[in-house]
Amino acid sequence: MAKIRDMIPAFELFQPTTVADALEMLDEHREQAWVLAGGLDSFDWFKDRVKRPSAVVDLGGIEELTGIRDVENGLEIGSMTSLTAIERDERIRSAYSIVADAAQHVATPQIRNQGTLGGNVSQDTRCWYYRSGWPCYRAGGNTCYAAAPQAMNREHCIMGRSRCVAVNPSDTAPALIAVDAKMIVENNGGPSVYDAEDFFIGPAIDITRMTVMEPRDLLTRIYIPATWANADFYYEKIRDRGSWDFQLVSVAAAFRRSGDTIEEARIAVNGVAPFPVRLDAVERLVQGTTGDEATANAAGELAIQGARPLRHNEYKVPLMRNLVRRAVRSVA
Amino acid sequence: MDQAESSTVLEQKYSRRTFIKGVIATGATASSAGYLFRGSPLLGAATYQTATERLITLNVNGQERRVDVLPHETLAMTLRYKLGLTGTKLGCDRAECGACTVLIDGVSQYGCSMLTHQVRGRAVTTIEGLEDADTGELSIVQQAVMEEGGFQCAFCAPGFIMAMTEMIEVNPNPTREEARIALSGNLCRCADYDKILTCAMRAAELARSV
Repeated sequence: MAKIRDMIPAFELFQPTTVADALEMLDEHREQAWVLAGGLDSFDWFKDRVKRPSAVVDLGGIEELTGIRDVENGLEIGSMTSLTAIERDERIRSAYSIVADAAQHVATPQIRNQGTLGGNVSQDTRCWYYRSGWPCYRAGGNTCYAAAPQAMNREHCIMGRSRCVAVNPSDTAPALIAVDAKMIVENNGGPSVYDAEDFFIGPAIDITRMTVMEPRDLLTRIYIPATWANADFYYEKIRDRGSWDFQLVSVAAAFRRSGDTIEEARIAVNGVAPFPVRLDAVERLVQGTTGDEATANAAGELAIQGARPLRHNEYKVPLMRNLVRRAVRSVA
Repeated sequence: MDQAESSTVLEQKYSRRTFIKGVIATGATASSAGYLFRGSPLLGAATYQTATERLITLNVNGQERRVDVLPHETLAMTLRYKLGLTGTKLGCDRAECGACTVLIDGVSQYGCSMLTHQVRGRAVTTIEGLEDADTGELSIVQQAVMEEGGFQCAFCAPGFIMAMTEMIEVNPNPTREEARIALSGNLCRCADYDKILTCAMRAAELARSV
């Protein structure tokens, strides 16, 4: 699709200064409203005329959504906190370094300066058929162009498909799952709390959304419980280019050990399914081991059980296997 | 008044530099008119009723600028086509090249991917605002670029220079690798990266010696 280099189509801009006002605006405009965080995902949609909301609610003026606070048994990150702030925060860097590490792997310095944690986890998929405005399942149509015989699907999923084969693009998502973060979503009816892994949903649940959030909802805070503070972390993101790029496959893992033995583990992989995948079976497998070579190999093999590559993304299967292996091996 | 006399008078009135700047500003106004009114129905929607105030004051390069801004207008558009600050380049208009990098409260961001209304009350710095407003003395980074001659076509230069300006603030003593990461949000299609990095290192060196 040719890129259009003129103005974004007109919309009404709202710039609330409190969460209550924002929720009221979202309630009033429902499906016509678009929540603007950093805007780096949003403006592409607007400029390409693929999404044309009539009302845009800019969260940039809401102070209560920005900042990192110490709370009882953990840290609370406002959803509008910039990725740079997360990357540089001393508390996050020392106790939950995997979250800082993941934030550091997002796109470019300028994008991290402007992009927010809430926006990073809420962004839409990068499937270019969908993003170019093709009427696919996710866009309300009745086919998937990316799974067609001639389709270019090198970046698409190898598991978790349900009509749609797109992947979740978020770098911070698997890290948040690894530290067992809770997502606090508010609407006019009050707040709801979701485990990070339940916040992201696949097309089998709702093909038009990437997260549990519906039109009236707002992700206000992300809570990181102290349970996984100072665990052994492993994060790795594989991408085509050294900057600016979304992951092909990424892995985030947290291990709690007593001596050499892994007591408990949390491992998540992104870039392989329409949602970040938590590897429960692998976690159970590595429990009670030392993360030795044999365990790492078994973990890798177990992780890719049931993987079904498309025509051009077979490479993701060994990539995922090896990343899980490396994560487990990092403990030993 | 003969030719020689008139040029002397002109020289007294305008330095060559201000004269060239004047021409650029006029040119920018003329060309932006074509850009803005190229028959776009979207821009014609001036009667669009909105909650957003349109006539706003922006703090650009230390000056208060009154400007009429549409709710859906990006900062790069306002800077280039309404304020005549064409030093900020538009490359991809998709946050994918870095040519439009400006500083918002000293932090580098892409001017193409934010709404002008989002920077109300904040300090915007463009490449035009780096030199000393009174003396015209170049900033440290500009001086370093002059000395090292890092750019080939230099379309990307304003963006890189803004990113370097932030870099020497955040980390005045970077390794070459750290500079590479700090500038990883800017592309150079001439692929002059090595020389650009030398500029960045020189800028950091100058910053440390000040």
